[in-house]
Amino acid sequence: MEWEAVIGLEIHAQLSTNSKIFSGASTAFGAEPNTQACAVDLALPGTLPVFNEEALRSAVKFGLAIDAEIGRKSVFDRKNYFYPDLPKGYQTSQLFYPIVGVGHVDITMDDGTTKRVGVTRAHLEEDAGKSLHDEFPGMTGIDLNRAGTPLLEIVSEPDIRSAKEAVAYVRKIHAIVTSLGICDGNMAEGSFRCDCNVSIRPKGQEEFGTRTETKNINSFRFIERAIEGEIERQIDLLEDGGRVVQETRLYDANKNETRSMRSKEEANDYRYFPCPDLLPIIIDDDYIDVIRNDLPELPDARKARFMDDYGLSDYDAMVLSGERNLAQYFETVAKASDDAKLAANWVMGELSKMLNQNDTEIVNSPVSADQLGGMLVRIKDDTISGKIAKQVFEVMWHEGGTADQIIEAKGLKQVTDTGAIEGIVDEVIAKADKQVEQYKAAEPEKRGKMLGFFMGQVMKATGGKANPGAVNGILKKKLDALCD
Amino acid sequence: MFDKTLAELASGLENGDFSSVELTQTYLDRIKAEDSKYNSYITVTEEHALAQAKAADEARAAGNASAFTGLPIAQKDIFCTDGVKTSCASKMLDNFVAPYNATVVDKFNAAGAVMLGKTNMDEFAMGSSNESSFYGPSRNPWDTDRVPGGSSGGSAAAVAARLAPAATGTDTGGSIRQPAALCGITGLKPTYGRVSRFGMIAFASSLDQGGPMTRTAEDAAMMLNVMAGFDHRDSTSMQVEVPDYTADLNQPLKGLTIGLPKEYFPQDLSPAIAMQVQNAVKEFEAMGATVKEVSLPNTALAIPAYYIVAPAEASSNLSRFDGVRYGYRCESPVDLEDLYKRSRGEGFGPEVQRRIMVGTYALSEGFYDAYYKKAQQIRRLIKQDFVNALNECDVIMGPTTPHPAFKLGEKTSDPVAMYMEDIFTIALNLAGLPGMSIPCGQTEGLPVGLQIIGDYFAEQKLLNVAHQFQLATDWHKQTPDGI
Repeated sequence: MEWEAVIGLEIHAQLSTNSKIFSGASTAFGAEPNTQACAVDLALPGTLPVFNEEALRSAVKFGLAIDAEIGRKSVFDRKNYFYPDLPKGYQTSQLFYPIVGVGHVDITMDDGTTKRVGVTRAHLEEDAGKSLHDEFPGMTGIDLNRAGTPLLEIVSEPDIRSAKEAVAYVRKIHAIVTSLGICDGNMAEGSFRCDCNVSIRPKGQEEFGTRTETKNINSFRFIERAIEGEIERQIDLLEDGGRVVQETRLYDANKNETRSMRSKEEANDYRYFPCPDLLPIIIDDDYIDVIRNDLPELPDARKARFMDDYGLSDYDAMVLSGERNLAQYFETVAKASDDAKLAANWVMGELSKMLNQNDTEIVNSPVSADQLGGMLVRIKDDTISGKIAKQVFEVMWHEGGTADQIIEAKGLKQVTDTGAIEGIVDEVIAKADKQVEQYKAAEPEKRGKMLGFFMGQVMKATGGKANPGAVNGILKKKLDALCD
Repeated sequence: MFDKTLAELASGLENGDFSSVELTQTYLDRIKAEDSKYNSYITVTEEHALAQAKAADEARAAGNASAFTGLPIAQKDIFCTDGVKTSCASKMLDNFVAPYNATVVDKFNAAGAVMLGKTNMDEFAMGSSNESSFYGPSRNPWDTDRVPGGSSGGSAAAVAARLAPAATGTDTGGSIRQPAALCGITGLKPTYGRVSRFGMIAFASSLDQGGPMTRTAEDAAMMLNVMAGFDHRDSTSMQVEVPDYTADLNQPLKGLTIGLPKEYFPQDLSPAIAMQVQNAVKEFEAMGATVKEVSLPNTALAIPAYYIVAPAEASSNLSRFDGVRYGYRCESPVDLEDLYKRSRGEGFGPEVQRRIMVGTYALSEGFYDAYYKKAQQIRRLIKQDFVNALNECDVIMGPTTPHPAFKLGEKTSDPVAMYMEDIFTIALNLAGLPGMSIPCGQTEGLPVGLQIIGDYFAEQKLLNVAHQFQLATDWHKQTPDGI
């Protein structure tokens, strides 16, 4: 049977406000446990929440960016459940009246096709603290620094049909929130994480199958793998005559599999009701217009600009415009090198490869955009070849330094002196009787391809430093002279 | 000295008749000698009080005294006090010392007041008799076999027994007015949002409101001057200007229209109470007020609606008492569930547990619409009743309670009978309106309370009406035997 996956995603984006959503405590990451939790965050008796309006502005920005309805009236509700890292015994969230209503984003797949994915809603809520199980044998530690950090929970429609689409959607949302500057997008620190709802159904069937929810996945790669694995697991289950159980699952990145966390039978009845300590948030058109007029450039607009201004292809523009940090990096390199195409190739090629291999975010790249741009200038002025540039880049990544310093220190400057190259070419030709004979015997139009061998020998003899263009010209001239 | 009102004590301090230290010591000595009879205090803060009194005397000597400087008061043990135990009369918080003051406490400190101690109450303010206190019931100074009312029973008993000239209370369904009525004192529940709830341990957030419990309306005005005002730490406090509540006390009542809701004089109302209230109304007529009948047709729905809304909010508000971060934790929990169940099972008394269960049920999936949502709809109807009635009159009057103080243990086995004691007070909290109870007579040696209800933020009018009554009568001057 042919199966179809139905996927809906809930993304939690931590909002980059200075203080928490309902208290004045700092939201900075990485402080000593419980040093950034005030009386309100600890839920001491008698304390009351006071809403941080910065979180509201962030949510409205997001709503405008996805062309969504903005809730003129939104209300905080209490989601009641007991857990040690949930100090009040309830999470303040928005169930009945979210700040952001129905909206959508368009995603582009690798093959260039585009698809619209609906966003059901996005609402404000507070994060819980963290339970630390490993540090205290036989006990559980509670760190409430994160408790009360503002989150925007973005809920998609079940419009997604594959793991690849899911990743494209998550990347798009990531691009939007980082471009808006409302979320730092740091997935490793948990600032941006994703719950995946997955079900399968026979292709053509209208009705949804039973879904599972895999919680808190914090990398694009894991999202893809977790969904792929979950689809496979469900197909195997159904094809073996089993049934899918509605449950919450956890993704184990080490084993690359999901496993059951709790079933619906054990699920809480959250007893939502409007929080009586907070007033409904009422906003008007003026409030929204002020925010709209102040919106930064969004990924779709940036993509169009990259195509217009830099002449990038649709695909390159999409990749480079997505993440704000990546886009800024690219633009800096493009300007420094005055060659957008070369900049695009390097950013999407060598740089991305190294970032991926080292699991590094672009903001933490050891090679700065100015360093890379400086190196591209040296490619363009023939100081180094593209091939040597890879060596320079490698050194830059591991040891630092400007391109000029590295070229100088390692003696990588390209040999463009034609006299020197001619000498080496003569030596190579002298040692390669067999290949010279073959060259002479070949049809003139096929000789071009045969230059490769001689080229390789020259490069080998010069340690790759000979200017390939110059070598090419001299080789051709000298070999063709032998043929006359 | 201890039989004086706040206003009289303020002049005494101003005239140098006595110092705040002398005054404070007088009350501390009385508490030591007498409070075993009433159990009105959970904590007496002797050292703290004398230090504050000394500071107040120094401020006065330096010419920095304001209206409240050096006046002693008691705080209901629901208001958090920095460095002093705040128990909410619960085993759950028997070990809890807050690292901050409630806004109300801050305001009294800033005004130069002296805190004598923290008064007894029903556990987490849930009760109408003070019998649910972990520290044992407070007793009614008029008859120590009887309850002082609740939940602010300790505050009412302390003021009635002259163990404090004034105290704070909180009122979620009548918890200021009902004990004020039962102990023969003056109590004011302000408009919801008038007094900050920050640091006031929440029972039902949308209903809770702090207010003064005093001997006279004039004293209540002095207290409210300190307590009222917007607080950026409480989103539900209102940005409405705070007048000088003592300024209009002497306005004549000629032309005042008093509405008497027929629903507040039901067939089964104690005839003695009905008579005392009618007599009080006649007193106002003699001052030039006119009386008309009004209707609050949804009165009968107030108790059922209240006993959905209040427990629902309480069930959520009290979730934080989980034995994890502070407060009571059971011995040797075997796992998390055991920790929760036993800490809460052992830390909360039966009335609190009952309300948590009722509230949890009312909010459960599948019942929310039938209970909580319906109760909120009723709440709007009740509010509209009052708005309609107050379009026809300036103030509404009626009995505060259907009966005078009852005996300890009389209603503990019948929660619904206990809940019915709040029949006349509860609707006001659902509507968010201000109301007062002042003594207006006695029956069989027990005080009877007259309830006066006004429009939103009309506390000044209520205090004016109550003060004029107290100028003309002396019910508020009656003292229990043995005081």
